[in-house]
Amino acid sequence: MKTLAILAVVFAALGVLPLFVVSDVWLNSLIAVLYAALLGQAWNILGGYGGQFSFGHAAFFGTGAYTVAVLQVQYGINPWIGLVAGAAAAGLVAAFVGALSFRYGLRGSYFALVTLAFAEVLRILSNSVPFTGAGVGILIPLDPGAENLQFAHKSGYFWMIWAMALAAFLAAWWLGHSRFGARLMALRDNEDAARALGVSALRIKLGGIVMSGVFSGLAGVFYAQHYLYLDPGLAYGPAISVESLLVPIVGGMGTLFGPLLGAAALHVLSEVTRDIFGDAPGISLAIYGALLIFIVMFLPHGLAGLGRISARRLIRARPA
Amino acid sequence: MSEFSILLPSVLNGITTGALYALVALGLTLIYGVLHIINFAHGSLLMLALYGVYFLAAGFDIGPYQALVFMPAAMFAVGYVLQRFVIGKASHDRDENILLVTLGLSIVIENLALYFFRSDTRVVDTPWSFETVELLGAFLPLPKVIAFFGALATAAALWVLMTRTDLGKAIRAVAKERKGARLVGIDVDHVFAMSFGIGIACLGIAACLLMPSYYVTPQVGHGFVLIAFTIVVLGGMGSFVGALIGGLFIGVVESLGGLFLGESLGQIGIFAIFILILLFRPTGLLGHKV
Amino acid sequence: MILSVSGVSKSFGGLQAVRDASLDVEQGRIVSLIGPNGAGKTTLFALITGFHKPDAGRVVFNGEDVTGQAPERIARLGMVRTFQIVQPFAGQTVRDNIAVGAHLHRPARRDALRKAEEVARQVGLADRLDQDAASLTVAGRKRLEVAKALATDPKLILLDEVMAGLNPSEVRDVIPIIQAIRENGVTIVLIEHVMQAVMSLSEHTWVLNQGETIADGPPAELARDPVVIEAYLGHGMATRLAEEAPVA
Repeated sequence: MKTLAILAVVFAALGVLPLFVVSDVWLNSLIAVLYAALLGQAWNILGGYGGQFSFGHAAFFGTGAYTVAVLQVQYGINPWIGLVAGAAAAGLVAAFVGALSFRYGLRGSYFALVTLAFAEVLRILSNSVPFTGAGVGILIPLDPGAENLQFAHKSGYFWMIWAMALAAFLAAWWLGHSRFGARLMALRDNEDAARALGVSALRIKLGGIVMSGVFSGLAGVFYAQHYLYLDPGLAYGPAISVESLLVPIVGGMGTLFGPLLGAAALHVLSEVTRDIFGDAPGISLAIYGALLIFIVMFLPHGLAGLGRISARRLIRARPA
Repeated sequence: MSEFSILLPSVLNGITTGALYALVALGLTLIYGVLHIINFAHGSLLMLALYGVYFLAAGFDIGPYQALVFMPAAMFAVGYVLQRFVIGKASHDRDENILLVTLGLSIVIENLALYFFRSDTRVVDTPWSFETVELLGAFLPLPKVIAFFGALATAAALWVLMTRTDLGKAIRAVAKERKGARLVGIDVDHVFAMSFGIGIACLGIAACLLMPSYYVTPQVGHGFVLIAFTIVVLGGMGSFVGALIGGLFIGVVESLGGLFLGESLGQIGIFAIFILILLFRPTGLLGHKV
Repeated sequence: MILSVSGVSKSFGGLQAVRDASLDVEQGRIVSLIGPNGAGKTTLFALITGFHKPDAGRVVFNGEDVTGQAPERIARLGMVRTFQIVQPFAGQTVRDNIAVGAHLHRPARRDALRKAEEVARQVGLADRLDQDAASLTVAGRKRLEVAKALATDPKLILLDEVMAGLNPSEVRDVIPIIQAIRENGVTIVLIEHVMQAVMSLSEHTWVLNQGETIADGPPAELARDPVVIEAYLGHGMATRLAEEAPVA
């Protein structure tokens, strides 16, 4: 209950911030952080809580994005329905990937590679079939209005991503306080022991990947409605998969606030990098990569772990 | 008969490309067989080697085949240092961590290349770049034929190294039983780094053979890395013969897939193979282990 | 019979790990399985609880044929095992570890946590509920192993060497815990090397050697059977057993 209270305070604070922030630059920053936090929390549900490292979350993200875009452009279906359909389609893709991988007992690196391959297959498919606009991409016509899930002012997009992120964080909180979550974490920490206690590995992992996929799909829906343009590289490219895993790994895997911490830290880092190097291509991603190496080598619990360590040191440093 | 005349050049072309894929996969499978890690940075290290070949040609007038004197040694050093001081220190006993660290390395290498070299496509022109060899009525580019034999020669050399030398014996001992190897006084960390270095040195050779018929951009490794993974799982993780046959096979699949389905969709065949093998035969279709 | 194993066999590659093993366990009893290292005891547990599929033979639990069924399904029917090499959910607290078991028949988090506390009291871990499972001592981890299984409300519990590695005084502490479990109506099958425990706890013992059940009877009787002892527990065991027997 304590973590739920903290969560409520954090999101309430994030929610009132735009009332004081007038500049679009700041609002854009908030949107970027919440968007990254949503992507990261989606990955964290499967990777952090479930211990299954996906290298292909773009498969779910891109499916959500393309679903809402294609439904609008090709079939004239309202994006609110597209939002639900996008999340559902992403969940379905996740269920398919999960059913195949977990049914055949893929773990560790093998699971990572298979998810990556699925994302690549989807990227190539979306590059080849006509209804996605193939390599040219797909453009959603500009038509601002809440009923079209498009907003003339940034604050509309802020509230959209705020609500999506809140849903993902509530889901992650629920994992820490439910039977499903306990089972997911038990499988992560010791699959044999969990099965001996009656935990169905296949069913629980499937639940985990679907949940994860749905939130990734939501992030895709947001992306499509925010930028109104998609192409195969943007939707299914490796950059999304990398960002999805980088955020929670930097912030702290398997923790509720890790993805938010990671998203904020990465955003600050990229802003600082831009100040120093300008918009030179590559440099900020190179620093992301270096950070990933550094965190895995020295901070396996991410920034959240850093807090824990220093707290422990403080306690120890006190004279007995 | 006319179908045959389209198919044959396509198959032969696939085989020559496949030999280069095999060479890239050989390094990957050696690293997997000994260290039991999946080197995600393999593609970007190949890209690095290709830039090495390019700059030797552009800056010092050293042709791609003369670069064979320098590149394997240089790439070996890169591989040795990476394994010894970065990858080897990061595992914390979880193989996912290795995957993450090598992913991080590939991001760093690729984006530094982007920063320093921009995304221009660079090629090395040689007088014989466009010469062809006629074989069974099909015309094959000369550089690809040379690359084919170069790949076979490298595989043979690697085989001799692994079976006939003390280093090869140590590597195989470590691959089989690392605790036991440590007990009999083998410096396991050194052998790991040597193996990684040799695997990366293969990329140095591959780059020299590839450059005359190919190009380099910071993203060029992408195309190779998943193909190399596919070959390695197809041939059986850690199997040399498997990597060789798998490489040739994938080269042909890609070539024929491109012929019938078009360049972009043709690649799906490769990924389909990759996914199916991972799901149903993770030990590969052929034998496994070094 | 709550558990009836008949003619179960399993080989790995060329190695016959279990050969035509049979045993019948009556409800409410404590029975045990003894035999030299490598006799196939742990493999037999794994075959009974679904971690391996038998090549031949049948496992009937509580009137239902469970041969080759998934471990999670067998656990849901009420038969759970512990692991000889303890398998905690490292990084989670003792409370959360036990709660995983408690959740089997308790969907609500609050009920599972309450059950975890109750079981922790039963096995003597009540004061370590908030400790990281990885930080427990060997004795603590063995107790946790029992607690996780016990929290599932099993009808039958298979304990694989829960006393191995404990010192004699720790063994003396665990024995009453196991007796109390049985008094709550849970049938118990032990694999045990600590003869003191076998003699004082179990009412019936099967001797397993090279994968075969070669003798069974009350442990005291087996202890008096020098042929069985010498042949299957090693030279000199007969006298050792005779010395330890009065402890019971």
